[in-house]
Amino acid sequence: MTSVPSLWPLIGIAIVVIGFALRANPLAVVVAAAFGSGLGAGLSIPEVVAAMGKAFHQNRYVSVPWLALPVIGLMERAGLQEQAAALIARTKAATSSRILLIYLGFRQITAALGLTQIAGHAQTVRPLLAPMVEAAAARDKPDISDDERNQVKAMAAATDNVGIFFGEDIFLAIASILLIKGFLESAGIFVQPFDLSVWAIPTALAAFAVHGTRLWRLKP
Amino acid sequence: MIGLPVLYALAGLVFGSWAVATLLDRQHGKRLAGAAFWALLAAEFLAGDALGNMGNGLLLLALVALALLGAPGKGQPATSSASDRSASTAAHGNRLFLPALIMPAVALGGTFLFPHLGQLVDPKQVTLVGLGLGALIAVAVLMLWLRPPPSAAVQEGRRLAEGVGWAMILPQMLASLGALFAVAGVGNIVGALAPLAIPEGSRLAAVLVFTGGMAIFTIMMGNAFAAFPVMMGGIGLPVLVLGLGGNPVVVGAVGMLAGFCGTLLSPMAANFNIVPAALLNLPDRYAVIRAQWPTAVLLWLFNTAMIWGFAFR
Repeated sequence: MTSVPSLWPLIGIAIVVIGFALRANPLAVVVAAAFGSGLGAGLSIPEVVAAMGKAFHQNRYVSVPWLALPVIGLMERAGLQEQAAALIARTKAATSSRILLIYLGFRQITAALGLTQIAGHAQTVRPLLAPMVEAAAARDKPDISDDERNQVKAMAAATDNVGIFFGEDIFLAIASILLIKGFLESAGIFVQPFDLSVWAIPTALAAFAVHGTRLWRLKP
Repeated sequence: MIGLPVLYALAGLVFGSWAVATLLDRQHGKRLAGAAFWALLAAEFLAGDALGNMGNGLLLLALVALALLGAPGKGQPATSSASDRSASTAAHGNRLFLPALIMPAVALGGTFLFPHLGQLVDPKQVTLVGLGLGALIAVAVLMLWLRPPPSAAVQEGRRLAEGVGWAMILPQMLASLGALFAVAGVGNIVGALAPLAIPEGSRLAAVLVFTGGMAIFTIMMGNAFAAFPVMMGGIGLPVLVLGLGGNPVVVGAVGMLAGFCGTLLSPMAANFNIVPAALLNLPDRYAVIRAQWPTAVLLWLFNTAMIWGFAFR
């Protein structure tokens, strides 16, 4: 039996859990958690600041997709959201359930083909999908409350997430498949990406069934 | 070669343009703090290489301090009125949807085309370069077609960025926290502790601790990629595969998907859960997670049953 290591570095995780539970500002929670875990692991304060700075600098690529904001803003300026809503308002067959079901299938299939970047919260959900389902819901329930509007918009974002998460692992060259393959390889177990991606298919079908059923039962 | 440095310079210029626009916005409630926030972010992207680790760390702390003081705040970026937009939809109709296809089309074309252009595009960054190029082309097309005032590209981008607010830097901050957790050895500790939770000889309990650990550790880290090596190294490989003779392909592939269920529940997965709530102006920061949790729990049960039922045959 190996000895249990020092538990002090885990204090950062405790700070994260408590911070989010108290709804503190997440940026402050992250900084506090970094200091908690860093100091708990025996780093000095300057060492924690430098380690955070190094990682923040190396992870700049995470913020590159914000380059899409000017494009979305210019399209909205020309009335894209209004046009999307107007199109749906006069297409009676397009209920919020059906729009989201079609989007879920589209997102899963394209993600399975490796096309994860063709849609997303900034590119498609805000300018197109959310106004469409909101317009459909408002058309089918004229006395819709603000809470209900927000719920269908949140479901639009949720549907994008479910679609991409449980579609992308069917694609062979996605990062998570390569991570699994690399991890097993380092343990001396050699597997083919194809075998891993095949095992993503049952969960992809289950995701369509489970989330699709919830969308089907969605009240406008 | 076109790669990340070019994209970082482009992003730095965009953030810098928002700093100038904020400074010129007399109606802005947090004018100076907001301008300083965008200026620091621009400095990080344009000159971060020269700042050193300590410099970047202090810059990050300054960004957080400004955010706690209310930056970037909301100003009055010049935009179109409701009547402008209805005139525009009447004039352009469904053609307004066409520019929305430019970025996906360029990203898609780039994925296939860039590798054939020799050394022009960094092969590891094809997707992000396609995204940046698509954004440039789309802005150019929209400006030429719709002829808004020249400042519109800056102001409209700032309008959306102010809507997202301080959550703009949260995904990058969380990625840094993950790196710091790695330095502090958090994963190793969890990996050492997790097997202690398994009663001797129970296959179902071992599977539950593995998939439960994947989900819970993913919720805490915000990223299944951080949880996978820890849980696979602590339980998946030694207990399920080597100890109980499980199939490593099923354990690995479905275990990762159990982690994705945790991502759907995690406020730490800001890109997917917190930023969209801000982009859609939802009053509840956790509204997207609330919409997702039933799907996440049911799929976690499905993945657990998959490993239990199919990994040991």
